Parts: sequence; structure tokens; C-alpha cells
Amino acid sequence: MKKSSVVDLLLLLLTIAVLATPAFSDLVLSKVERRIDVTSQFARVTKTLKVVNSGSESVSEFTLTFPKFLGDNLAYLSVAQSEGKGKSKRHLVILSVEAANPKGKPDSISFYSVALPKPLNKGDTLTLEVVAAFTNVLQPFPEKISQADIHLVMLQESAQYLSPYAVESQSFSIKLPSARIESYTNLENTKVQGSEIKYGPYKNLPQYSYSPIVVHFESKAAFAVAEKLVREIEVSHWGNVQVTEHYNIVHRGAQLKGEFSRLEFQARPNPRGISAFKHLLARLPPRAHSIYYRDDIGNISTSQMQSDSKKTELLIEPRFPLFGGWKTFFTIGYGLPLSDFLFASEGKRFLDISFGSPMLNLVTEKLIVQVVLPEGSKDISVITPFAVTQSQEIKYSHLDIAGRPVVVLEKNNVVPDHNQNIQVYYKFSNINLLSEPLMLISGFFVLFITCIIYTRADFSISKSSPAYLAKLQWDEVLATLQEVQSIIQKCLATHDKLEASLRDLSRTGDIQICKAARKSTDSLLKDLSKELKPLLAFLQSSPSASQIYLKVEELVAKEKELQEKLMAKHTTVVEGYEKKSSGRDIENRIASQQQKIITLKQEVEDLLEFIDEI
Amino acid sequence: MAALESPPPGTPSAMRHAFGSVLSALILLLIGVLAFSIRLFSVIKYESVIHEFDPYFNYRVTQFLSKNGIYEFWNWFDDRTWYPLGRVIGGTVYPGLTLTAGTIWWVLNSLNIPLSVETVCVFTAPVFSAFASWATYLLTKEVKGSGAGLAAAALLAMVICSIGIRLIFLLVNIMAMTLIGYWMSCTLFSIGVSFSGIFHKCLLIGFQNVSFLSKWLSLQVPSYISRSVAGSYDNEAVAIFALIFTFYLYIKTLNTGSLFYATLNAIAYFYMVCSWGGYTFIINLIPMHVLLCIVTGRYSPRLYIAYAPLVVLGTLLAALVPVVGFNAVLTSEHFASFLVFIIIHVIALVYYIKGILSPKMFKVAVTLVVSIGLVVCFIVVAVLVALVASSPTKGWSGRSLSLLDPTYASKYIPIIASVSEHQPPTWPSYFMDINVLAFLVPAGIVACFSPLSDASSFVVLYIVMSVYFSGVMVRLMLVLAPAACIMSGIALSQAFDVFTASIKYHLSGSSNSKDDAEDKTSTNNASKDDGSAGKTDKGEESAKERSSRKGKKKEREPADKPSVKSKIVKKKALVLPFEASIVALLLLIMLGAFYVIHCVWAAAEAYSAPSIVLTSQSRDGLHVFDDFRESYAWLSHNTDVDDKVASWWDYGYQTTAMANRTVIVDNNTWNNTHIATVGTAMSSPEKAAWEIFNSLDVKYVLVVFGGLIGYPSDDINKFLWMVRIGGGVFPHIKEADYLRDGQYRIDSEATPTMLNCLMYKLSYYRFVETDGKGFDRVRRTEIGKKNFKLTHFDEVFTSHHWMVRIYKLKPQKNRIRGRAKKLKLKTSSSKSAKKNPWI
Repeated sequence: MKKSSVVDLLLLLLTIAVLATPAFSDLVLSKVERRIDVTSQFARVTKTLKVVNSGSESVSEFTLTFPKFLGDNLAYLSVAQSEGKGKSKRHLVILSVEAANPKGKPDSISFYSVALPKPLNKGDTLTLEVVAAFTNVLQPFPEKISQADIHLVMLQESAQYLSPYAVESQSFSIKLPSARIESYTNLENTKVQGSEIKYGPYKNLPQYSYSPIVVHFESKAAFAVAEKLVREIEVSHWGNVQVTEHYNIVHRGAQLKGEFSRLEFQARPNPRGISAFKHLLARLPPRAHSIYYRDDIGNISTSQMQSDSKKTELLIEPRFPLFGGWKTFFTIGYGLPLSDFLFASEGKRFLDISFGSPMLNLVTEKLIVQVVLPEGSKDISVITPFAVTQSQEIKYSHLDIAGRPVVVLEKNNVVPDHNQNIQVYYKFSNINLLSEPLMLISGFFVLFITCIIYTRADFSISKSSPAYLAKLQWDEVLATLQEVQSIIQKCLATHDKLEASLRDLSRTGDIQICKAARKSTDSLLKDLSKELKPLLAFLQSSPSASQIYLKVEELVAKEKELQEKLMAKHTTVVEGYEKKSSGRDIENRIASQQQKIITLKQEVEDLLEFIDEI
Repeated sequence: MAALESPPPGTPSAMRHAFGSVLSALILLLIGVLAFSIRLFSVIKYESVIHEFDPYFNYRVTQFLSKNGIYEFWNWFDDRTWYPLGRVIGGTVYPGLTLTAGTIWWVLNSLNIPLSVETVCVFTAPVFSAFASWATYLLTKEVKGSGAGLAAAALLAMVICSIGIRLIFLLVNIMAMTLIGYWMSCTLFSIGVSFSGIFHKCLLIGFQNVSFLSKWLSLQVPSYISRSVAGSYDNEAVAIFALIFTFYLYIKTLNTGSLFYATLNAIAYFYMVCSWGGYTFIINLIPMHVLLCIVTGRYSPRLYIAYAPLVVLGTLLAALVPVVGFNAVLTSEHFASFLVFIIIHVIALVYYIKGILSPKMFKVAVTLVVSIGLVVCFIVVAVLVALVASSPTKGWSGRSLSLLDPTYASKYIPIIASVSEHQPPTWPSYFMDINVLAFLVPAGIVACFSPLSDASSFVVLYIVMSVYFSGVMVRLMLVLAPAACIMSGIALSQAFDVFTASIKYHLSGSSNSKDDAEDKTSTNNASKDDGSAGKTDKGEESAKERSSRKGKKKEREPADKPSVKSKIVKKKALVLPFEASIVALLLLIMLGAFYVIHCVWAAAEAYSAPSIVLTSQSRDGLHVFDDFRESYAWLSHNTDVDDKVASWWDYGYQTTAMANRTVIVDNNTWNNTHIATVGTAMSSPEKAAWEIFNSLDVKYVLVVFGGLIGYPSDDINKFLWMVRIGGGVFPHIKEADYLRDGQYRIDSEATPTMLNCLMYKLSYYRFVETDGKGFDRVRRTEIGKKNFKLTHFDEVFTSHHWMVRIYKLKPQKNRIRGRAKKLKLKTSSSKSAKKNPWI
């Protein structure tokens, strides 16, 4: 890089003499102020040019030139015409700039032509403000340093302004990050003031004058370069703009040579490793929320966030400090309120959002911005303040059917000056918002309906198969069994009544009531046994109930027996009362009966339980 | 028989039945949610990240599968591990988990739900623990169902029990709802679902969930949790579900005799084989149970249906899994099943013949067959023995042998013994993992014996076997967990039956007492007088029941059927005093509550740490130690993609998965010699180690060092295993050289061999400069050799807390004529060829 730029310089010097194309000679720069700021990892040049038309024809085009080694690294260029006089009332009009390729253009110079808003007539003056940013122009020197070394970089420039026009007066200043300057080219009129070097002013320079200078100084800036940055901006009309940024960061400063010692890096009070950077600061829009910071193996816990009403600052620390040549990868993501970024105009909506990375002083070599619009967006158009490569894709996300249109914008060599807003216009109907919830609802509806149909319908393949018939029969048997059970239960309940009447008898001695109870139970039991008959018959006839029938039969028989014993007991007791025999006598008489009753009852209950289990 | 084959008993009414099933479905759903969410502590407390070691390998395999598809996966030869040997992943991995997660990912993505593979992997374990809970519910339901209608009757009793009781239960439920799924289930289920079954299920589910979530709940529960927290993406996560589900289907087949379920059972078994090497537990336990049934005279055609298809289909399917292959018929772990397969056929034949012949003829036939049969059996046994003897390792693999003989591994295979999960568990770990379940299990076993059915005998066998196995290996605590849950569920539901029945009895008694008081007393007196019969108690009870039933009948007629049932239950169940039942119930609920608290605590505190991120609570707040990922990230971004990284095998999986660098050995410890080589290098002096590493093409060496911050599981503490394993293959490494008087130490008393070995040097390089003394916070001592320089290695990276240190091998020196010769002479004379097989 460095070598080639030196060759470029030579070429440049050679060709300058050759160039004296008259086409450019009508204009004269009456005053040129150049300031170059190298406090960060890239060079930011601001120029104020006072242009005078000294020719006879009006001129509508102005040409800017840079040495090729700078022009190749030009990341950003904007030219503005300042109107009005006095510093207080400066109105800037951005002018359009494009790379020019005039005839006989020397290879060592890059040309850019600026279209003036109105032709500059003879004798008129015009003030142009030029801002340009160059990446990769600060060359680390030495190229490899050890952990303990400081980071030195070198800048090449021209002390005189390279221009196709004659310059009447020119001044040039370089703003360095610190006062520690290794060396600089000392020309006439060179002054060093702290961390600033001033060249000039130089008067009456001819066209294409050039005097190379080299400044070698210490830079503490983080040479953080994103080799590739993918920003995905997803618009959800439910109220959120989700931004996800994937960074491939590399430290483009002098490479680390030798060991990395954590001990020295953490040593107090003189840590070694100042050429490494530990932090990156991202300035997110205000009201950013749900911020995360991770890489492909999980969350990175070293980050801090501060937010107020104007901005959200996220200080992130990569997993490890980055020395020269080291790389890392991470992802940050955050949500933004939709209302801050989405607006409506003329029946269209437009998203107005920053193009570049929110990281401060980050140079991006390849930036890809993907704006994901909601499903169903139409008539998409993009307005960018500078040229970018555009394309469209489709992305399938949560439950999409048609997919979401994605506007892909690509740009190489992006510097913070590119952090201007872009506008994405599209049409979108709010009804589309409901499509996914409706889809889910209908999906579940269908599921439930299917379940209902499945459980209600009979899906047996063969309705005449023996297994199927057996099942039907079995169901019938079960139903019958239940009826039998309930009847037996009723019988048992009736028995209880009878017993209760006996108890009443022992208390009150009222034989009549007891007899009445006996009568009512008798009739009840008769009814019940009548009900039982058809059921038993059915069970007997049913082949699948053959085994159960035995049990049921037994149950019914036992119940009958129990019934008889109870009746006998009842009769005995009542007779005893009628004969006014003593309570003890009666009890003695029924004792054996009582015992039988209890065993029978036990057996009946066991049988019931058995049947119940079926 | 017919009765058993019949569908569930008649239900009170359709409405109630429907309500009951909706309720039970809801409860099951809640249990699933509980099971899932208790395992999310790790995501909430830490992050959604894969945990520990093996899960990283599974994650990497899943990534490969999702990227390259199933065919590539089967043929995957992984050249990024076991350099230079490589590893055939497709043929050496149990693919169940990977395929499951891969399928889930694929389904979600084809529905356009863009979840990352990582997310799917992290949440696979919690999802499957919910499935496992449901499977446990099903299993317990089967066991219960066959275990006579006692529990069901109890349920019915609950149904008719007065509103008051129900309210109490509901209150309890509401209070303890989140805590105890099963309590809730008890109350709710009592409304007409088979209470005990659900209760069990719930319990099981709850327990399992808990266990997966946090090992701490109880042995089982916490143990299960330990393996199934979100992020713990290991085979066991799906295997426990597969295990329980296989058992459920087996019991289901046993209860129904349906070939349909038998086929499903074989498929579930296939899934289990795909998922985990622990499938041998199934293929040994089920034959044992079958044998038990045959011996105790419980043979039935259902048993045949349950077993024979499983063996035939299951073995065929198992042989389809590449990692099992012909092992399914060759190794003796599977022989028990074949033996029992033969036996069951013999028995079936006997029963068949018995059915055909008259008793007399049968006797003749028996004598005939027994004499011939003995000969045949003898031959078969001889053939089997010959087969066993001729198969590799006498047919038993090392891990299986260590199951049978707990001391086997430590005696013969240091590499198995060096893994902490292969150690026998300690008593505290039992208490930690299964907690109160440990006390409930015996009660559950007792409950299973009254009455003993095929299914309940299976559960008893299951718990007995799993207790034994868990005693051998900590890891198998996982198998014990579901068994303990089932047992405890049964015990709890029985206890609830008894107490609620008593309470109900007393409550209903008191409600009737106004009108019936006198009657009762009179009857009581009468029956007492009649007491000679000796059945006084029963008479009394039944009398009471009857009266209570009457009272209830008056209140609500439709409930009369259940009331009868309740009566039956009460008659059988012990009726306890009202106060005692209430207190016991409260105590049980408290027990459950404490268990739940324990489980939640264990899930949150003990089992949620992902182990790749450590945290410590200090005065300034939470301090995070993320050194592992820091260094893996450094490796992955700042070294060449084909560089080889040497480290102890523990970190192999993580290095390949997180740093994407080739490693020499990893956690799949299939090649002992290779591991021994790395162990030897770590135990050798710098130069010899450099030679070994250089011959292996290693560029970076990674060591884990906890001395600065006191992280105890670092390489220095594992170092003796490296020496042992290395010395096992390369005899010039002797353990005694590293020990001073049998003690392992790194202070000034340490042996020179120890102080000069590579591991010591890489761990403590420039460590002394941190505090001037070199105080090691793990070993709590000053290190022995403080100031030394590395001659063959360069430090290239050390993480923030020094936990991971990465060194680069210095490039080979230029050859100088005279010196090279000298060196050659030296090496050839002083070192035998054995020392480094790679040169």
C-alpha cells in the first residue's frame, strides 16, 4: 500500500507538468482553507474554497481533484455551496458530485465534477464547502508492534492544494490526536501548535501544484473496521422496528507480534497493550429497547447501557481485547418504536431510518442494509442521499405465506458521515395485519373440528367384523350390568329401611309402624325383582357375558337369600314384640340370623365390588 | 380375563365423565407446562445456551444435520476431531436426539417459524420432559388400572364425599396448585376420573419434571431435572421419555393383549435404542419381568403378545441403528432377552398342549417332554455360552461390566473411572435428587403388593433394578427417578384415599348425626353385644356407612351409585379418627409442598448452571466468569481454520463446537491410546511434549487453570488422571513420580517431575508475577517452582480471569549441523521408541 502510493506520488509529479488543460483555467480559487482531521482512524478533510470566475464564459461545472492514492480511498464526498454572507447565516445547498473522466486525464489524479446550481458568470464568486473522508490513509508504521509498543501511523498528503485551477491563497492544517509527533515534513511556513500542524499560507500557486508531506505520529484511536456489516431492519406494523446488526470487526492497526500476555495487559499501574481497543460505543436512537449483544456462541455479558430522552448509549466490550490484526464477530439487536420511524405521505408509508452503523468512528468496508417490510407491501421505492446498490429479495419469517419483501442496499467503504437517513416508501394495507392471527385461529379451529369429528364418528373399517360386533355387544352388556347394579343397590337401600324400622321399633315399641314399613318394603322388593328379570335374561342370552352372568346370578341369589333372612329376622323381632318377650330373648333368637345376614351382606358387597370393577 | 380386557368401568354419568376428562386433560396440560417451565430457570438466570460438554457435540451434530441433510449425516466422517484419525460420526452416535431436534427444526422452518438450531436444541429437553411426564402418567394409569379398583373406588368415594371435603381439597389445591400438580389432580380427579391413576400420573409428571428441571428436588426428580434443564441437550433428555413410554406400552400390551400396542411398543423401543445406550436396561428389565411372571405362574397369552413381538421386531429395528448394528444379537447384554424368548415359547407350547390333552395324557407328555427338554435346554445353553465366550469382551462392554461389578471400571479402565458421572453416588446425592420420594417409595412398593398384578409387579421390579443401578453410577439416577416417582405417586394416592375416605365418612356421619344419632348408638350397642361374631368392626362400619349413605341419598339422589362404591371402599379401608386424618392429610400436603420447594430450589440453584459460564455473587453484585467462551471465540476468530488445538479431552467437544478447530481428543473417549498420548505429552517435560505435539501437527495447546480465581475443576486437579491414563499406555510415565509420599502436591515439596511437566508449566507460567508469591487459590498453597521461562511454547492468549490459557508451539528451529547430530544422539539414547509413538 505504502509503496504503491509512493510510486503514485512520483507519477503524479511527472504528470503535473504535462497537464495544463485550458478547459479548467477559467476559474481561480481565490482562497482555499484545508483542514484535515486524523484524530480517528480515517482522515476527514474539510475545505472551504472561494471560487472566482476570471474567464469570459460562464461556468456551470467545477472540478475537484485528489491524488489517486487518496481518491481510491475516498469514502465520502459532499460539496455544498454556502450562501449568504457572514458566518451566522450560512445556508448550505448540497450539490451533486460525480466522478469525472476528462480527456487526457492522468492516471495519478482522480477527478470529480460538481454541477453548480446556476452557472457562474464572469467575475462572480462562489464559496464551496467540501467534506471528504478517506479510509486507509493512515498507514501503521512500523507495521508490526509488540504488546508494549505504542501505535504509530503515517499520513501522506500534499502541503499545497492539488487543483486544476490556480490558487491565490491556501492554508492547510492537520489535526492530530496527540502532541506526540514522531516526525513531519518540514517545509517553509510550517508551524506545530500542540497537536496541530499548520502549513502555509501559500500564495499564488499554479495549477496542479503539489508538495508531498509525511507526518508520523501516535494514534490512540481504535482502528476498528467492520469487514462486513449486515444491518437488518424489520418493520412490524404491530408497533416495532427491529434492528439486528451483525459485525465482523477487525483491528486494522499495526499487527501484534510476539506474545499476548494477560499479565502485562492487566498490570497496574502501567498496563501494556494500549494499541488494543477494549470498547466500542454505539449511539442508538432514543427509546431503543430490548437491546441484546451476543455472538454465535451465546450472550456477551460485557456491555453497559445508558439512556436518556435524546439517545441510548451502548458501550460494548468484545469478548477479548482486540490487538492489531485480531478479529471478532458479534451481533447487536434492538427494537425501536414504530411511531418514531414510520410516517405516511400521499397514501404511502415511508420508513425514515439511519443508513449506517450506530457505532462511533467505525469504518465499514462492506455494508449491507436489508429493510424487511411487512408481508403484503407494494410499490416499494427507496431514496438515499448517496449512491448505493439496490436489489430486492423475499424473506420468509413467522408464518409467512407470500414472504416479506426485502430491500437490500449495499455500499462499500462506509464512514460515519454516511449516517444519514434513508427513506423507504411502500404501500401497505392494515388488513394484512390480521392475516396471520386469522390463519392461526382457523388452523386451531380446523384442528378442534377434526378432533370432534374423530371422536364422534365411527371409523371401524369393517362393521361386520366379529371384533366390532363383540364390542357393540359388550357395551350393551355393560349397560345392563349397570342397571343390575343399581337395582341391587336399591334392594340394599330397602333392606336398610327395614332395619331402620326395627330400630324404631326397639325405641318406640310401635309395632304398627314397623309392620307398615314391612309391607311397603315387600312391595318395593317385588317390583325390583320384576325389573331384574328381563335384565338377567338378556345377560344369560348374551355370549360375551357368559362369565359375568355367573357372578351376576350369584349376586342375585345371594341378595335373595339376604332378603329372606332379613324378612325372617324382621318377623322374629316383630313377633317377639307382639309377644312382649324381653329384648334379650329376641336378640338371642335373632343372633344366628344376624350373623348370617352380616356374612351375606359382606358377600353381596364383595360381588358388587367385583362387578363394579369390570 | 374377560373382565380385564374390558374397557374401563361404567362411569357415573356422561356429563360427569366428560367433565372429568376435560379436567384431567387440563391438569395434564398444566403438568406439562410445569414440567417445561421449571426447566427454564437456566434460561432465565443465565441465557439460552447449550450446557456443559456433551450437549455441545450433539448441538454440532444437529447443526450438521440441519445443514447437510440426513444422508450426509449418516456418512459423516468428522475430520475435525481425533486428529489424525477422525471419527465416523454417523456410525458411532446415537442419532435419536439429533434426529428429533433436527426434525423439530425442519418442521418449524417449513412452517416459516424461523427458530435457530440452537434454540431448538436448548428447548428440546424441557419439551421432552413434559412428554416424559405424560408418559409417566400413562404408565401409572396402566399400573393402577390393573391394580384392582381400590384406588378408583377411592376416587368414587371422593366423588360423593360431601361438598365440604371437596372444598377443603380445592382450597388445598388452590394454595398448593403450582406446587403440587398431583394434589390438584387428586381433588379434581376425584370428580370422576380414576383418581389414583391421575394422581400417580400427576405425581410422576410433577416429579419427573421437577427432576429434570432440578436435580435437587429429589434424587429422581432433581436427577431428571439435572439432565433436562433447558440447554442440557443430551441423549438422556429424550431417552427418559422413550424409556417410560416403552414401559407404558409394554404394560398396556400386557393389560390388553393387543398386537397393535405390541407393535407400537417395538417402535418405542426402537426410538429408545436410537436415543441412548441405556436401552439395554429395557431389554433386560422386560425379560426379567416376563421370567418373573412365568415363575410365579402368571403366564398368559397377553404376556406372550407383550413379549415375543417386542423381541423380534425390537431386535430387528435395533440392528438398523448403525451404532448398535450387529451388537443387537452379538453382545451378551441382549442374551437375556433371547433366552427368555425361548423360555416363553416353551411355556406357551406347554399351555397349548395342556389345553389339548386330557390331564392324564398331559402328565405323560410332561414326563416325556421334560426329559427331552432338559437335553435340548442343555444344548441351547451350551451354544449360548459358546456364543458369549466367542464374542468380544466376553460379550459385555466395559460400561455394562462396570454396572454389574461396580469396581470393574476403576480397576481396569481409568478412562471410565475418571468421569465423575460414572462414579457411585453418595447418600447426600440421593437425598438431593429424590428427597422425600426416598421415604415414599417403600410405601409405594407395599401398595403395589396389595393386590399384586402383572403391571404392579413390573413396577416393583423396575424400582428394585433402578435402585441397584443408580447405586453403581450417578448417571443412572435418571432411570431411578421415574420409578421413584411412580412409586411415590402410588403411595401418596393410597394415603389420600385412606384419609379422604375417613374424613368423608366422619363428615357425612356428623351431618346425619342429628336424626340418626340415636339409631347409630343403638345399632352400635346392638352390634357390640353381638360382637361374638368377631366382625364387630365391620358391622359397625357398614352400619355407619349405610346411615351415611342414607343421609347422602336424601341430599342428592343421582349420586347414589358412587355412594355405594364409597361404602365398599370405606368398609375395606381403615377408618381413622377424623382429627388424625385431617392432620395426616395436612402433613402429607406439607410434605408435598416441601418437596416442591426443594425441587424448585434445586432446579433454580443446583441444576441450572450451564457450566460454561460461571457466576459468583460478591458485594459489588453479580460477577460473571465467561472465560471459556472468551477463549473459544478468540480461537475461532484469530487462528487459522485448519489449526489443531490440543487440550485434555474434556474440552474437545467444546473446542470443535464453539471454536470450530480441529482437536486431538474429545469427550467421545473411543481411543484410549490417543488420549494416553495427550496425557503423556501433558505429563512430560517441555521438550518431549513439544515433540509429541509437533508430531501430531498441533499448533496450539489449551489448558484450563483455576488457580487465580479458585475454579476447582481445572486441569491441575485432573492432572493425575492424565498421568494414570498416559502411564497405562506409555509405561515411562509413572504415577509415583508425580506424588510426594503418595500425596499430590504442587508446592515446594512437589517432585521435580511434577514441577517440570508441561501441565505445571503451562498452568503457572508467569503466575507468580500476579501477586509476587504465586498463591494458588484452588490448592491453597504457594506454587513450588515460581520463575521459569518457556522454551518451546509461546503464550498467545490468556482469558480475563486466567481460566483458559492458550499457548502456541514455537516453530521448529533451523537445523544446525553439529547440534542436530548431538540432539539426535541424545534423543535416541535417552528415549525409547515407546515414549513417543508418533515420531
